[in-house]
Order: sequence, then structure tokens, then C-alpha cells
Amino acid sequence: MTNMTDALYLDHAATTDAHPEVVDVVAKAMTDTNANASGLHGPARAAKNAMEEAREEAASLLGVGRPLDIVFTSGGTEADNLAIGGIRVGDRRTVVTTAIEHEAVLESVEARRRRGDEVRIVGVDVEGRVSPADLVDHIDPSVGLVSVMAANNETGVIQPVPEIADQVKQVDPNVLVHTDAVQAFATQPVDLATMDVDALSLAAHKFGGPKGVGLLAVRSAIAIDPVLHGGGQEAGRRSGTYNVPGIVGMVTAMRITVRDRDANAERLKAERDEFERIVTSAYPDAVVTGAGADRLVSHSHIHFPGTLAETLLIRLDTEGIAAAAGSACQSGAVEPSHVLTAMGFDDIAAGECIRFSFGWSSPAGIGTDAAKRVVAVLEQVR
Amino acid sequence: MKALVAMSGGVDSSVAAALMLERGFDVIGVTLKQWEGPDGAMPVAGCCTLSDAEDARRVAAQLDIPYYVLDYVEEFTEAVVEPFAQGYLDGLTPNPCIECNRNVRFDALLDRTDELGCDVLVTGHHARVEKVGDRYRLRKAVDGTKDQSYVLHMLSQEALSKVILPVGEMTKTDVRAYASTMGLRTATKPDSQDICFVTSGDYRDFLRGMHPEVDAPGDVLDTSGAVVGSHGGTTNFTIGQRKGLGVSVGEPRYVLDIEPREQTITIGTYEDLLVDGCTAIDMRSTGSLPGVGDAIDVKVRYRSEPVPATVAEAGERWTFRFDERQPKPAPGQALVMYDGEYVLGGGTIVAA
Repeated sequence: MTNMTDALYLDHAATTDAHPEVVDVVAKAMTDTNANASGLHGPARAAKNAMEEAREEAASLLGVGRPLDIVFTSGGTEADNLAIGGIRVGDRRTVVTTAIEHEAVLESVEARRRRGDEVRIVGVDVEGRVSPADLVDHIDPSVGLVSVMAANNETGVIQPVPEIADQVKQVDPNVLVHTDAVQAFATQPVDLATMDVDALSLAAHKFGGPKGVGLLAVRSAIAIDPVLHGGGQEAGRRSGTYNVPGIVGMVTAMRITVRDRDANAERLKAERDEFERIVTSAYPDAVVTGAGADRLVSHSHIHFPGTLAETLLIRLDTEGIAAAAGSACQSGAVEPSHVLTAMGFDDIAAGECIRFSFGWSSPAGIGTDAAKRVVAVLEQVR
Repeated sequence: MKALVAMSGGVDSSVAAALMLERGFDVIGVTLKQWEGPDGAMPVAGCCTLSDAEDARRVAAQLDIPYYVLDYVEEFTEAVVEPFAQGYLDGLTPNPCIECNRNVRFDALLDRTDELGCDVLVTGHHARVEKVGDRYRLRKAVDGTKDQSYVLHMLSQEALSKVILPVGEMTKTDVRAYASTMGLRTATKPDSQDICFVTSGDYRDFLRGMHPEVDAPGDVLDTSGAVVGSHGGTTNFTIGQRKGLGVSVGEPRYVLDIEPREQTITIGTYEDLLVDGCTAIDMRSTGSLPGVGDAIDVKVRYRSEPVPATVAEAGERWTFRFDERQPKPAPGQALVMYDGEYVLGGGTIVAA
């Protein structure tokens, strides 16, 4: 079987390569600071100290007032569940979100709906953008929380979160705004002030950290009810033994990501644009999704009319090219994408789209190399 | 040469994949996701479940071949599940496995074989494909107790030219022994018996879920039309059924007829059940069909041996005369014509 380094890896949006420094830091934490950080003895204090140092650094990187406003979680899904299910806004029980959110958000609001809360889902335009005006139309005094992703995981289309937050607050300053920034963090400036939000979710493996660790960052004084109950870690907001190696690994990856972000973004944009230029000139009927919108520089989501994504992905895999379509279900079958449906794609068109995504470890020249190899596979299929 | 192997997660298709590698093919393994629950998950009970897909995936990993789950839910629902339910409502006894082979496995999947750049499609069915000159023949399996040639009767010459059935040449015991030697995790896995989408094990529960009206009660009639009892819904019955009639009249009684419009079933003695022949439509040929007057063998249900018969009518409708009277075949089941060990073709029984 092939691993990430053998393949022509164009699926960084699913998981990107771990930074070598992160691998070292995680391994070191599993030897040097591996005690249970909740204990009262010396080894526990060492572990706790390593984690709290990481928490302080994460708070500073995300513009969070107090380190305790960072809640470490098991990943992006748990952070979204905690935001949607746990953030309290008095007795305001209505949630407003968008049709293109990740399942972690959509299923969390669905769970609230089942518990009797009202849920309002805002649509998107053909480019996959949420309109601030449309969203604000859904705000009334029953609304407590708005959740809009920073950038879509499939199309890479960047959402106008600061504008949305600003307009929501103008209508009603008591409404809290959460953003799922899981996909955006690797290449976009993400912090509470820049996004103008009250809470944001991150997942480490999307920016070179380990899997199984993420965080929810909130503005000070926002109350969070736990979703996971137990020993009362994370100031009672998230129980479960502290994942110190994961946490220090994630924060190391955050530091590297923020340090290199502008340079990486510039480089990846050039590679991505070249990739799209070559593919669409070889196949003029291929359409770049969201081309008219601001997109993450890491993402290239392309509709190939007449070519089944499932078939194309298998042919690409056969040639050692790793790409993705929509989202995979538990069995691994390709599922129709709710994101594309929301953008007005019919079922057939939605089944003809492939996401190619680039990341910090993508080598120089990948845009041209990848495009040539993808075009060669397209020639076999079409 | 490149082979696409349909892997169900059972021992036969696991061994089929291993044998193709041994023969020097590049192999791709696929599992068809055919059925899902309301939440889009693969079923957890019955066959073709998530755990079957995981077994297939693990075997593929052990063989170091690429493996994919392909989504055929829409095709399967349309071509197999809905006709299955409708067939029962119409008083028929549908065979969903045959509809699946006809419309999904050997239709959609043969197209997919080309699309994926593969030369042949391989399954774990127990049957044999033989090449004689430039013609292909479909033959019963070496292991007569496991023969599945009946459910493959719809394979045309073109399909047969692209299909390889490696385990048809082996007894089931040999298949398991080979799997065991190879250390395949499916070596001792029991054979699946159920209809894959009927997860409760009882097709009646499944029908009830799709069509609550199936529980409409009605009369049980004797051959003179007199009411001799009542029943809880015509879909509970199949032609020739002896058990569960709710009527006790000494000599065993069998279902002779099902009338869903009248919501009646008619019962009679074994003697009443015997018929001289039957009629089938939608005849498919594996190569060359017999003509009127030809003596052949016909198999009219999965679990019975072929019996000698003569072709009395051929064309749109095919009528067969049994050499000896037979228990009435159930409309909706497949009739498959054999010349000795070889399948000539088959269709769907409409009357007897």
C-alpha cells in the first residue's frame, strides 16, 4: 500500500503532513511529560505545565483574552459540538447557521432541533457564498447563536464572517457568533479579532498537527455547558484526561503555521492557479467551483461534466494520485455533497466534482506536475 | 491484464481475488454499496453490511490490492428493492438476487469495468465460463451443492466474454481450504443465506415497512371457491407453500393461487398443485436458445434440480411442457433452461 509520501498527494484538506518539529514535540511529550496532568505530584506538574504553556501560546496566537478561554478538545468535530451544544445565551434558544457547514455543525444543530430548539438554515449563492443580508434577516430576539464557517471544506470558498458578525451585532449585540475555522486556519489569518467572532473551532491535523486534538476558543465571559461529562477537566467545560502530547503538538503546529502562513499562501496560490490554468485549458468544459468568489489558496474544486467522480478518483488513485470528492461515508463510498446541492448543483453534476487540495508540504512545481498527471488520467477516462 | 473483482466480504470472492493475483492479473477490489438505512449508513444486519465491507477491505489490504466501495444505492433501490416489494403486492414470488445480477451487478458493473480500465470482471459465484472456439458457455459449478448458474442465466455472450468465475472450478471445501492456507480472515465465515436488504431476516417485516397495507386480511378458498379460512395478507404466501396456512383439514394443503386484488388465496392438495407446464417471458440467451419441440431441462426454483421438459412455444412468450407433472412454479421466479450442465438462457415465470 502507498503512503502519503509515495503518492502525488492532493488531499491536504483532508489531512496535511505533520510538521517534523511536531512529530518530535509529540514524541518528547510522550516520554518527558507523559504523566496525567491532573495529578498533584511532580511528574503531573511537569505535564500540566507543558500544557498550560501551550494554552497561553494558543491564546496569544488566537487573540484570546485569557488562556482559560481556550478549551482543548478531541478535534474539530468536538469543538463544533461544544460550540453549538454548549454555548449558552440566556434563554435564547434559536440557532442560525448555513446550508454548507460541515456535518459537525449541521448534525449538532439537528440535535438541538430534536431537543426542541429552533434552527434556521441560510442558503448560499451559486458561488457558494453566504450573503450577510440574507443571514441577518433570520435574526430576531429568540436567536442566541449564529454559526458560519470561515471557509468551506469542499469548495474552499471563503465566507464573509467578519461582515456577517458585524451586521448581526448591529441588529442585536447579544447574539453570539461562532465560526468553524477548521479548514481556513492553514492558509488564512484566523483569530477572534480578525474574524470578529465570539468563538472559533480548530482541528490540529488540518495544519500539520496530530489527529485527535483541536480546540474551541471563546471570548472571555462566554459560558459553556459541557458536552462530555466526567472528571471536570478544562474548568468543567470538557472532561477527559488531558491529551498533553496532542495539545503541545497542536500548538507547535499553530506556531509554525502562523509564522509561515503568508509565504505559504502566496506560494500555494501560484501553484494552485497554475494547476487550474493547465487543467481547464486541456479541458475547457471543466468548471472551477466558486471561481467567482474568494477561495482558500489551498483548494481547487473542479466540475468535470460527463465524468463520474467515483470513477475518476479510482483512476487517479490507480496512477498514484490522491484526491477527494464530496465526503466519504463510513463505508468509503462517495456520497452526494450537501454543499454542492446548496449551490444549485443537481445530483448528476454534484457527482462529477473532484477536490484537489494543496498544503504546506506540497513541493515547488506541484501545480504543473499535478496538472499534467491529472490531465493524462482525464484523457484515459473521457 | 487488469481484473475488477466484486468482493462481498465472503470467502468465495476473497479467494476469487487471490486467484486472479496468482494468475498474474492486476487486481482492483470493489464492494457495491447497494442498500442503506434512513441515515445513509450501510446496514449492520443481514448481508452486504458494513462489517462485510470491512472484511472485504481487510482481505484487499492483505492481498495488497486497491479497494473501493462503489455507491449503487440508487440503481439497486430502483431495479431490485422496489420491484421486489411490488412483486409481492402483485401476488408474485420475486427473486431479487436475479434482478440484481440482471440490472446491477452484471450490467452497471460491466460498464464500470471498462470505465476503470479493467479487462475482466470477476465474481465469487459458483459457476463456470468455458470458451469453445470463439463462443462462451455458462456451465454448472464443479461443486453441485453450491452451483449458482441459475442466478447467472442472464449473462450474454458479450458479458460471458468479460466475466471470470474462478471459484466455479473448485468445491466449497477447496475454496475454504485455500482461504485458510492463504490466511484470509474470511476462510471460516459462514455463507450468507438472506436477502441482503432484508435485515430482520423476514421479508414480511421488510414489506410491512415499505407498504403497511400488506397486512390486509382476506379469505382462504378451496378449489371450488368456498371459503375455508382467513389469512392476514396475501404477501405472506408463495405458490406451493404448505406451512402457515392456518387451515387444518387432515391431508396437507398447499397454496395453489394468490389473488391480491381479491385478497384471496386458494389452497388444495398436492395433486391439485401439480401442473403440466409453465410460461415465461423476458427470455435471455447465453448464446443460442432452443427451438419449439426441443427437449431440454428446466429449473424453475433456486432450490430444486432441473427437470426434463419440451419447448412448446418460443418467442415473446415461452411455454414449456414438463415430461412429468411438477409442483406449480411460482410466478415471479426465474425459469432457466439447461442442456445437461450448460445454461442456455432463462426468463421470468408468468403463469403455470
